[in-house]
Amino acid sequence: MLVQGIKSRPEYKGLSIDPHAKRHLFVLEGEGAAALANQVELKGRDFLAQSEILYLAAGAAPKAYDITLTALSPDIFWQAPTLQPLLFRLRACLEQARMGTRLYIAGTEGFIGQVMQLALEFGIDFNSIHTEHRGSTARRVQCVHCKGITDNVTTSPFACTHCGLPLLVRDHYSRRLGAFQGVNIDAEEPGTAPPPEEMFP
Amino acid sequence: MTITFRNETFRDDFTFRNSLYNIRRFPFPFDRDEYMYSVNMEPHVRGKKDSVFENLIDVDEHYVAEMQDRAIVLKEDPLRCQALPHMMTAQWDTLELLMEHQARDYPEHFTLTKNGDRWRWINRPLGIDDTFTFGDPSTLPYPPMEYITRQAQGDFCIVDQRDNNLWMDAGMVTTQADWSLDFDIGMNFMEWHGPVPLAHQIGVFDRALKFLLNLQQGKPTRRLNWTMTVNPRLDTSPENYHKWGPDRTTVTPENVGDKMHLRVELQSLWRLPRSNAILFVIRCYLISLNELVTVPKWGRRLPRVLKSLPPEIVDYKGLTRNRPIMIDWLAKYDDGAPTSAGIHPD
Repeated sequence: MLVQGIKSRPEYKGLSIDPHAKRHLFVLEGEGAAALANQVELKGRDFLAQSEILYLAAGAAPKAYDITLTALSPDIFWQAPTLQPLLFRLRACLEQARMGTRLYIAGTEGFIGQVMQLALEFGIDFNSIHTEHRGSTARRVQCVHCKGITDNVTTSPFACTHCGLPLLVRDHYSRRLGAFQGVNIDAEEPGTAPPPEEMFP
Repeated sequence: MTITFRNETFRDDFTFRNSLYNIRRFPFPFDRDEYMYSVNMEPHVRGKKDSVFENLIDVDEHYVAEMQDRAIVLKEDPLRCQALPHMMTAQWDTLELLMEHQARDYPEHFTLTKNGDRWRWINRPLGIDDTFTFGDPSTLPYPPMEYITRQAQGDFCIVDQRDNNLWMDAGMVTTQADWSLDFDIGMNFMEWHGPVPLAHQIGVFDRALKFLLNLQQGKPTRRLNWTMTVNPRLDTSPENYHKWGPDRTTVTPENVGDKMHLRVELQSLWRLPRSNAILFVIRCYLISLNELVTVPKWGRRLPRVLKSLPPEIVDYKGLTRNRPIMIDWLAKYDDGAPTSAGIHPD
């Protein structure tokens, strides 16, 4: 059922420092820190003085990327303990953001999706946002039946964490919801769902 | 002509039936004995009397019951009707288009009186008589798109045009063939068609998009699409798939003629005057196999079409389980005689 090149899936083209931006806002999760580190290697350190970094270590905490990022001496480095305060802080950043600010997002797909959602709320054109997928390929999935969202889904089918239905993870992605679509796999004959298969490690 | 509206249901006891008159005007979608995808667009102009093409916004005997079913769906799930904030002008365009067509073509049932921006709308079948100010949403009991599409048969999507693309930015979708407005709202043309197999690769969507970007006001276009549904159920949404999916296991050789329905979408697309958006009307017609075979040409043709389908289409339309039962049952209506060209009965 899974196919390559889903038309509705965003393309993550990779971070590339915009030389014309007056301010750089990096929102990074876990391995996404390495995406910024790579840019510093490629483009030099000049942009760092105009950069603000919001970082969520998540699963990559043992790798201590926060030390790497602090060592870059950006204008602002701020680390969040979990996603919720990160999004709260990001909201404040976007409310104060000026013309010429460039937004960069790197991390897992679910993280990028949720940061993107907030950015869209502020009227930022999604085409103007730089994104880079780093880390796990786990998916954030919305149950089409109960509308509940389950994060970090690595198998298909999986049991919806809200309503419990076994869901097939479809290759259909909503930018507005920041999630893939999950549809009940054994709707026609309940109880016949195949065992979960590891598909998004 | 005064329509006699049927009292019937599209759920639970499924009392939906077509009258003899309505069977003969059914938009049978096959103009030959086999089927394959094609860009089957044609100008949406008035067609034969006593066909669904007689008027461009068709009202039929199921009108009242369909509107009652829509109201039930919206009570269960208000997200079936949504509009992004920038679509308000297009909502008014839609209200105007539907009111004008219904009032012009069915004056016994609908009356629209305009006095500048002060409009009076009378809908006799639903017992509505409202006076409102065109352009002022606070003068209507619902936002304009929801107001008028609670009074018009078919699903409605309003697509915005910008950046050389079309964007699904508003809709009333309660009679859909398994797609979710709530999930797809805000997507562009390629994105919302993402799950459709084969068609992307053969360039169907590229051509269709190019065509639609150039759609002109006053020159609507249409196409027919089809699938099959067990029981005359309008709300075959993915949201409720776990509720209607089991129906597919209830079809037997004894009940197939009654249970299996050909589901045809008459899709029409209209450029809207103020917003430059496109109104996409997806009008659903249902007919049971028992009703369908009363037209000998259709009884001969349908089994031939079902036999000719490529496996991808059988799978995509959800026919895998019940196609053999249908073909066996329909065989007795195909005497092998040639069929005439076109979709209309002989």
